[in-house]
Order: sequence, then C-alpha cells, then structure tokens
Amino acid sequence: MPAQLDPGATDPQRIRNFCIIAHIDHGKSTLADRMLQLTGVVEERQMRAQYLDRMDIERERGITIKSQAVRLPWTVREGDLAGESYVLNMIDTPGHVDFSYEVSRSLAACEGAILLVDAAQGIEAQTLANLYLALENDLHIIPVLNKIDLPAAQPDKYAEELAHLIGGKPEECLRVSGKTGSGVAELLDEIVRQFQPPSGDPAAPPRALIFDSVYDIYRGVVTYVRMMDGRIEARDRLTMMSTGATHELLELGVISPEPTKSPALGVGEVGYLITGVKDVRQSKVGDTVTALHRPADEPLGGYSDPKPMVYSGLYPIDGSDYPDLRDALDKLKLNDAALVYEPETSAALGFGFRCGFLGLLHLEIIRERLEREFNLDLISTAPNVVYRVELEDNTEHVVTNPSEYPTGKVASVYEPVVRATVLTPNDFVGAVMEICQSRRGKLLGMDYLSADRVELRYTLPLAEIIFDFFDQLKSRTRGYASLDYEPSGEQAADLVKVDILLHGEPVDAFSAIVHKDKAYAYGVQLTTKLRKLIPRQQFEVPIQAAIGTKIIARENIRAMRKDVLAKCYGGDITRKRKLLEKQKEGKKRMKMVGRVEVPQEAFIAALSTSDAPEQPKK
Amino acid sequence: MPSALPDGEAVPSDGALPDTALTSVGAHGFGVYVHVPFCASRCGYCDFNTYTATELPGVDRSSYPDLVVAELALAARVLGGTAPPVRTVFFGGGTPTLLPPDDLARILDGIADTFGLEPDAEVTTEANPESVSPASLRALRRAGFTRISLGMQSAVGHVLALLDRKHTPGRATVAAAEAAEAGFDHVNLDLIYGTPGESADDWAASLDTVLGSVAAGAADHVSAYSLIVEDGTRLAGRIRRGELPMPSDDTAADRYLAAEERLTAAGLSWYEVSNWAADEAARCRHNLLYWSGGDWWGLGPGAHSHVGGVRWWNVKHPSRYAERLATGSPGAGREILTADERHTEDVLLRTRLSSGLPLDVLDDAGRASADRAVLAGLLDPTAVAAGRAVLTLRGRLLADAVVRDLLG
Ligand SMILES: Nc1nc2c(ncn2[C@@H]2O[C@H](COP(=O)(O)OP(=O)(O)OP(=O)(O)O)[C@@H](O)[C@H]2O)c(=O)[nH]1
Ligand SMILES: C[S@@+](CC[C@H](N)C(=O)[O-])C[C@H]1O[C@@H](n2cnc3c(N)ncnc32)[C@H](O)[C@@H]1O
Ligand code: SF4
Ligand SMILES: [Mg+2]
Repeated sequence: MPAQLDPGATDPQRIRNFCIIAHIDHGKSTLADRMLQLTGVVEERQMRAQYLDRMDIERERGITIKSQAVRLPWTVREGDLAGESYVLNMIDTPGHVDFSYEVSRSLAACEGAILLVDAAQGIEAQTLANLYLALENDLHIIPVLNKIDLPAAQPDKYAEELAHLIGGKPEECLRVSGKTGSGVAELLDEIVRQFQPPSGDPAAPPRALIFDSVYDIYRGVVTYVRMMDGRIEARDRLTMMSTGATHELLELGVISPEPTKSPALGVGEVGYLITGVKDVRQSKVGDTVTALHRPADEPLGGYSDPKPMVYSGLYPIDGSDYPDLRDALDKLKLNDAALVYEPETSAALGFGFRCGFLGLLHLEIIRERLEREFNLDLISTAPNVVYRVELEDNTEHVVTNPSEYPTGKVASVYEPVVRATVLTPNDFVGAVMEICQSRRGKLLGMDYLSADRVELRYTLPLAEIIFDFFDQLKSRTRGYASLDYEPSGEQAADLVKVDILLHGEPVDAFSAIVHKDKAYAYGVQLTTKLRKLIPRQQFEVPIQAAIGTKIIARENIRAMRKDVLAKCYGGDITRKRKLLEKQKEGKKRMKMVGRVEVPQEAFIAALSTSDAPEQPKK
Repeated sequence: MPSALPDGEAVPSDGALPDTALTSVGAHGFGVYVHVPFCASRCGYCDFNTYTATELPGVDRSSYPDLVVAELALAARVLGGTAPPVRTVFFGGGTPTLLPPDDLARILDGIADTFGLEPDAEVTTEANPESVSPASLRALRRAGFTRISLGMQSAVGHVLALLDRKHTPGRATVAAAEAAEAGFDHVNLDLIYGTPGESADDWAASLDTVLGSVAAGAADHVSAYSLIVEDGTRLAGRIRRGELPMPSDDTAADRYLAAEERLTAAGLSWYEVSNWAADEAARCRHNLLYWSGGDWWGLGPGAHSHVGGVRWWNVKHPSRYAERLATGSPGAGREILTADERHTEDVLLRTRLSSGLPLDVLDDAGRASADRAVLAGLLDPTAVAAGRAVLTLRGRLLADAVVRDLLG
C-alpha cells in the first residue's frame, strides 16, 4: 500500500467515511463481509458470515447489536479514477429499532451512507427511519438494492420506489448481492466517486469525536474516535473536553478489522485510542478528545444520551447473588450507555435493580448476557414505561416502578407517546388501522410510497406498542408490515394502577399501570394465572385485583384439604424421608407473601414477559 | 411396574453390618418381614414388587421358600446372635397366599428356628380374598399365623372392576368370617378410597360392609388408603391419556372424614393415619414396630430392612435375588442414617400415630411450630399441653405439612 495511505499520514482527500444503514436483516453485515474480502483485509480462509458480528449473542441471533467500524484500502477499478488508491472507513450498523441510537452515533462519524434495501422486500419502516436520520446529519446517500440473487427479487420495482423516496432516477440505484458479491466492487468505486472526503482543518488543534467506548478486560477502555480536526500523535496527552480530565495515551491505531497500532491519527481518520482509564464513563460517547498541549477551544456537538424506554426489575433468584448481579450490571454498563439501573427492593422478590432499557430486545439481550456471561439466574418483572403523575397537592412524581405509584389524590397522569411509522402493502391498511385504533393510536397521516405500499403515521402510547404490538402487526399483515417509532413526548391519559393482592397483601411485583379500559382485563388475566400457579395452602387464599380499594377481579385458591401420604410401610420410610427432605429444600425456595407460600417458579411464570401485563386481544 | 429403589451406598458382598448397628438390636423390638413377589394378575394401580409369571429364570414358586430360608441363614450370620427372639412376623406381597400354606409354614418355621419367636408373637399374612379357603386358613392358623390382612379394597362391583380386582364384592367379608372361624386372633380388611367413579355412597357401602364384619366379630382392624396413582402403573397411564380422571384430594379428604366418622361410631379408633382398630390388642404390632424405630430383617426380593440405624434393601428381581443370594448378600443398597436423618424419620413416623410425638425430641423452632399447629387446628391442644404432638382429625389430613413444619 502506498505510504501516503498509512494511518496518520493519509491525505484526507483520499479518505471516505461512510456507514451502511438499512432495515433489519436487509443484509448490511453480509455486504460488509464482501467488502472485507474484496479489499483484502480479511483472508478467504478467515472469512465467516457476518464477520463483524463478534458477540456470541449477535452470532446466535443473527443480528447486529453494536456498530463496527473498519478501515478498508481500496483501489478504484473502473472509470476516470481507475488505479487510484483510497482509504474507506466503513461502519456496519444495527437495524433493530431498539438500537437506532447506535445508528445515530455512527452517522455523526461519516460523510456518506449506503441505504441498503432488500430487493425482495422493498422499503420498510427502518429504511425510512434510518434514511431520515442520515438526511438530518447531511449525509450523502447511495441507494443500493441488495439480494438481487434471490429469485423473488424485484429490483426494477423497488428501484422505482427508492427513486421516488430519495429523488433521482431508478437507474442510479446500484444493485448488489452480498451473498455472491455481484456489484460490490462497483459499489466501492461509487463510494469513492460520490462521497465527499472529510473536510476538517488538518492544522487546527485536534478534535476527535468519541462515537463508541468499549470496555475490554485485557486492554481496559477502548475509545473509538473520528478525527474531525488536526491530528493526535502516539506521545500526546489527551484531554476530555467535557470534564477537562487528562489521560496518558497508551496506544492508538485503526481497526482493519483487527486493532492495528499506528503512530498517529490524522484529520478525517477513524481509529481507536487506549488510555489508562478503567471506566468508560471517563471516556464518554459524544465527548470530544483534544490534546493537552494543543487544546481546542470548542467541543464538537456530541450526542444526547439514549433515554430508556422501558423499565423492568431484575432480581436474582438466589438472593445471595445480589452483589454478583450488581457487579455484572456495572460491567455491562461499561459497554452500554443505554443501560441504566438503580437498586430497589421488592417485598415479593427481595433485593434487585430497577433497570431501564431501550426496548424489549435490549432487555432480553441484557438479561441473557447476565445469565450467560455472569452465570446468574434472574427473575424480571413485567416491563413498564415511565409515567409522570401530578397530584392535587401539586407535587410531581416520576414513576418507573408501578408499585411506587403515589398514593395521594391524582390530578393527572402522563404517559410517554411515540410517533410510529408503519409501512404496509395496500391490502392490509384496514388491519393496521384496526390494531392501532384498539391501542389508542391517533392517525397523523397516510402516504402512498408507491402504487401498493402505504406509509401510516400514528401517535401511539409507548406502553401500547412495546409488548406484543409488533407480533400482532406481523401476524395480521402476513409478515408484510414493518414498524418504526421514535419518542415524541407525553400525553395525559386515563391511567390507573392495578394492584394484585394475595390474601389481602399487595404483591408489589405484580402491580401495573394500565389504561382504565384495560384494567379489568389485566386484573382477570393475572388473578386467573396466579390461581393456577400458586399451590393450595392450608387456608383459603383470595387473589384480588384492585384499583385503590375497589376490587375489580377475584379468584380463590381453595384451602388444601389433604396433604398426607396414605401408605407408610417399612419399605416406604426411606422414600418418604427423601421426599420430605426434598420438600424442605423446596420450602426454602418459597417466598412468603404474608402467610402465603409462593414458589419462586410461580413468580417466574406469572412474570414471564411472553404474556406479561398484556392487554386483551379484542 | 414395580417402583424404583432408592439411591444408596453399596451393601458389602457378605451383607456385614457396621459394629455400631449391632450393639442393641431389637431394643425397640425385632421383627421379620417376608416378601412374596407373586400375584395371579397385576392390579392396575399396584407398583409393588410382584410378578405374575409362574416361572422366572432361576426362581419358581415352589422353590421360593428355599431362597427365603437361604437368606435367613445369611441373616443369622450377619446378626451373629445379637438379635432377640422375634416379636412380629409379617408376610406381605405380592400375594403370599398364592403359595401353599405348607410353604409359608416352612418359612415361618425357619424363622422360629433361626431366631426363636416370642411366646405371644404376632404372625400376619396378607391375603387376597379369593386366594384363601376355610381349609387353607385352618392350615395357616395351625402353622402359627395369628393375624390375616385381607385386600378387600371395596365392596362395590364397579370399583373392584376398575381396580382390576378378581374377587366378588361379597368375598372379602366371607373370607374374614372364615378366618375368624379358623381361629385367627386378628383380621384386617384393607380398603382403598378415591377410586375414579367411586361415589360417596359407594364408599359408605364399603365401610358398612366392613363394619358388618366387625359387628359379626370377624374383622377387628381396618386400613383405609386413598388411591395413590403410582408412576409407571397402568392406572397412571389411563389417567395420563385422559381415560380416567385424576383422583382429587378434596374427594379423598371427604372420604377420609366419612371413614373416620363411621368407623369411630362403630367403636373402632384410629391409631395411625390410615389404620383403625377395635382395641389396643387389635393394632398391628408389626407395623407399629416400623413406625417406632424398631429393627427388622426383610427377607425376599426388594425387601427393606432396618437394623440399628442402617436401612438396606434387596435387589428387586427374583432371578437377580436368587443369583446374588447364591454367593452372598442380595442387598442392592443401603444407607447408614445420620442423627439428623434418624430424627427426621422419628418425627415423620411418630407424628402419624395416635400416641403422638413427644415434644421434647423437637428443637425450639419445632416446638414453636407445634404451638402454631395447635392454633391452626392441626394438633390437639390438650396433648400438646401434656407434651405430645397428636394430630387432630384435620391435622391427620394435613400430616405431611405438619411434619414439615415441626422439622422447620
Ligand atoms: N440470498 C441472499 N441473502 C442475503 C444477502 N445478504 C444477506 N442475506 C441474508 O439475509 C440475512 C440477514 O443478513 P445480515 O447481513 O445479517 O443482515 P443485517 O442487515 O446485517 O441485519 P441486522 O444487523 O440484524 O440489522 C442473512 O440470513 C443473510 O445470509 C444476499 O445478497 N442474498
Ligand atoms: C401389599 S398390598 C397387596 C396385598 C394383596 N396382594 C392384595 O392386593 O390384597 C397391601 C395393600 O396396599 C394397598 N395398596 C396397594 N397399592 C395401592 C395404591 N396404589 N394406592 C393405595 N393403596 C394401595 C391395598 O389396599 C392393598 O391391599
Ligand atoms: S394382588 Fe395385591 S400385590 Fe398383587 S398386584 Fe394386586 S394389589 Fe398388587
Ligand atoms: Mg448486521
């Protein structure tokens, strides 16, 4: 490679920074694979599918959760620039709506974006959402149709759709197959031609935007930056502009796709920095890094922290694992700014944490990582959104845990709402509207993206869409509809807190805040479920659902009348003793709610997110 | 299908017991159990160790007494004279009376020759009602049997049919009368309640039939067991497939209360959760020995034994049993009880008895539980005040829960 393309010595005119954005599963990571191969940074024999999805959980689920940046050398093959060499910094991004903040972070480090569209699916909701994000960041867009190898691909039809959406002509839309590699070299040439080189001032004091910060047990905190101005040299001392804290620079380099040390990072380049810091909070995403001895005056515009959208209580099944859970959360937090948590106690579940997540997938992934990587057995309470409650005494309460709903006279309750975009084929518009209406949606608008693809925009309460909305949407539209949403403030609503009482004692873990019209259904659902899950006790146990002091649903667990083995011969004694010893062990795993013994399993089953405080299907 | 044996450590090939087990054999009485693993047909609910084939490799019914006598010789070697004369003998099954009375007599004689019998020893055999006759009963009585336990189960045709019983509804009480006639001191009738399809009236009819026999001076003892659906039985399969309903605990509780009411009204009284007797002498001393920490040697395939805090059990299959016996101990596994385990057993067994559990064997938490159980109506307040945990009627139905609480 020509020396003028070495890290730290690259002419910004020869750099192109871009990301690949798309709806989930449209093939970003697979296209990235072909780029890794064509540019020669990954050898044939080291190649594996979705090379950049490195986390176990990404590989198992086949989805990207974290963005990944890679430096690729590319010599243009065709046209007037043929033979010229460039450096491409490519960022593969996640497609799932829960991780759209990862996309925003990546966009800020780029001048261009490849908008990838599955040629068998066409434009979907996150195609739009990510396109709009890119446009807000003033990025140049190259529309690309992927998976053209598929027999079901309709590239002409979707090129038309894309042209309609972005402007330009259908022929300008590139066609590739991430699977076969067809069209990828042309795409790389096009990236060089169409995207602008970075425009920072090479002579100015250095300013580097932190777009990711990852804790690694071997190397400590690794900070990923995009150099906006100036350069950082290996022997520099660095200053974090938000705090003024200075750090020794232990190592810097580029990812290609393994970390490779370099003497410096110059303007426009993307690379990593390792300082001695042990905590990613000292090297915060969105912060600007400068050099102690050539400090910049103004920080770059950063990012706002992602706000948790749903909360859930996480409790260790074995109470003595609580300190381990805390340590594990601290560790995960290092790589995941979106995860927030605070200790909380539940009368029913003991000591745990109230955790905030970006969505249910995020919750699921954190929970799974805690269980697998840290060997914890956890119960998670039914997820809920955040409510704001104003009382008549003019005090205001932010409720992240339904059991902490204030007890005074409520003046009004506010719930978060989202602006949701649903893309659906024409035929299913009726079905989509029905679902949205049954979930208190307000139609904002409707557009035809093409003759048979409709975009519906709704305001919907967040609480109504985080649970099974998506599944229902998919099943009612035979899988064709897609959904995207973004927070859009709050609204006052007729919300009530439903408590579940066991033998007269409220069980905090089951309290839920629901819309008045759905309170009864929730009460019935949970009381019935609990009746089946809680074993009979020596006395009758009423299970009630209540709003305040008003009982809205009731079930009864009849008293257990017989608990004795009839036969006890000589040969039964050992068996019976062992059974008793086992029952005694089982008793230790019982949680007491007042006088009622509730097996751990009953809590787990009643709280299982699959059908947690789900509202009735109408 | 016979049920599985517990897990335990291996039994030494010569069957030897640790010295500690042999220091005071029979301090709470010494008994012998003889298992007879044969039945004419298998009842669908039964998971006892029993076989319907007339010939199994290496074992047939006629040679079976020889095997038992061979194990007796092993018992004599292992116990080496530490055992006192035998207080109780119990032949159980299977169907012991499927063997000719002479064979049972030979085994009983063997026991007497080996250990000696106490002068007033209780000698029981289980019997299926259809497997005995006045003549066979007389022969058993002559051989030294003093007590007989008849598997009546029910007096109602459709209940007997569902249980796969072969005898007619009237046969059990007739057999009881024949046994009394033959001179048996004590006659028990076994009942099962809660069979799918058994109504409250059916159960009342069975109880009344039994009480008729008591009134007639034939039976003086009743065992009433709620039908247990044992894993792997034909009954369990029929329930799993939905052909029969699972017996309900509520029904079982109602039936138990009905039994208590009728049996008590007729002058019987409970002395163990599932057992009622006409008087103290009619109580089954062999079972009481099991329940109060006594020692016994169990002869035969799958038989369990307990001597001085060691419990062991023989291999289950008669052929394996014969094979193992030829070279040493047929023991399949054993456990040497820790003090804790003995305590658990003591509480779990004695709490089931009308004589109750002395509270001083409990720790403070256990005694506090006893007080709570009194408040909950599960233990008798007067007995607890006098230092014993004795179940109330409601307590008997929840005995396992009480035991768990007493053990903390
Ligand atoms: N036939 C065909 N399949 C493809 C092509 N590109 C990707 N796929 C398949 O599409 C699926 C999704 O591919 P990914 O590359 O993981 O998609 P992604 O956009 O990175 O997904 P997220 O990161 O979860 O948003 C995988 O099963 C790929 O094998 C293609 O060009 N042709
Ligand atoms: C060892 S068994 C069999 C004795 C004899 N073969 C007979 O069936 O008459 C003794 C008693 O246990 C009881 N029994 C056996 N299996 C039972 C079950 N599954 N549930 C309840 N009682 C059972 C029956 O009352 C039976 O009479
Ligand atoms: S006759 Fe008795 S031992 Fe034999 S199978 Fe029936 S219940 Fe079981
Ligand atoms: Mg991906």
